[in-house]
Amino acid sequence: MSRAQEETNRRMLRARDAMDRMYADPLDIPTLARIAHVSEAHFIRTFRATFGETPHRYLQRRRVERAMFLLRETDRSVTDICFEVGFSSLGTFSRTFRDIVKEPATDYRKRNHEMPVPTCFVRSWTRPSSFG
Amino acid sequence: MYKAITQSQIFVLDQDEALDFYVNKLGLELHTDQDLGFMRWLTVNVPGDRGRQILLEKPGPPAMNEAMAAQVRDMVTKGAMGGWLCISTDDAHKTYETLKARGVELTDEPTERPYGVDFGIRDPFGNAIRIGQMNTPA
Repeated sequence: MSRAQEETNRRMLRARDAMDRMYADPLDIPTLARIAHVSEAHFIRTFRATFGETPHRYLQRRRVERAMFLLRETDRSVTDICFEVGFSSLGTFSRTFRDIVKEPATDYRKRNHEMPVPTCFVRSWTRPSSFG
Repeated sequence: MYKAITQSQIFVLDQDEALDFYVNKLGLELHTDQDLGFMRWLTVNVPGDRGRQILLEKPGPPAMNEAMAAQVRDMVTKGAMGGWLCISTDDAHKTYETLKARGVELTDEPTERPYGVDFGIRDPFGNAIRIGQMNTPA
């Protein structure tokens, strides 16, 4: 593990943190690549090598995790929540939610409870996994 | 039977940089900085709370071989090492602004939670730190 690799990890982590923080914004690859100080093509490849999934998938999971939170803890409509967490179409949201969570958002909402632990752990551990 | 956690540890990649960050930027207090020969024993504590030290440990030989140290550094810089601190404050918003002015890497802004107001930062190496103004003082 070279210093250069560690610096690359750190840059990818910075971009990942940005997705966690700004998930509701229309984040695109050029924006994230700028945060990581790498080229766009290099960014996608390197992010995937670092964390095992594409930045797009990571951002989807972040948004879906926030949607799951809002479904559990608010009474807002599914449509509201879809836009609130950064999706630009209800169709994409519904498809992505079902693909990742394995059930529709309305079904998920029925199992509603608050979690009394620090938010960062809820965020990391309730996020639907890419890894089986 | 037990009374308190008195010492805990997180991995850092460079102890000079760690000392500068944890003391000068984050505002913790240096507890001990001693060259033991086989290692540099570097600990910090929340100002005034000297009974609870955090060891800022550099991974490497002889405690672990270079290959293992490289794995640890890899995990730390990916944010996956689990070195994690949660520090309480009496004013999360003010602390956030102070750290922002000092150029600390902020991962999220002060947010109202059921348990209080908290925000997140990273140390220069990738360790996550949360700073919270808790409803029930810990």
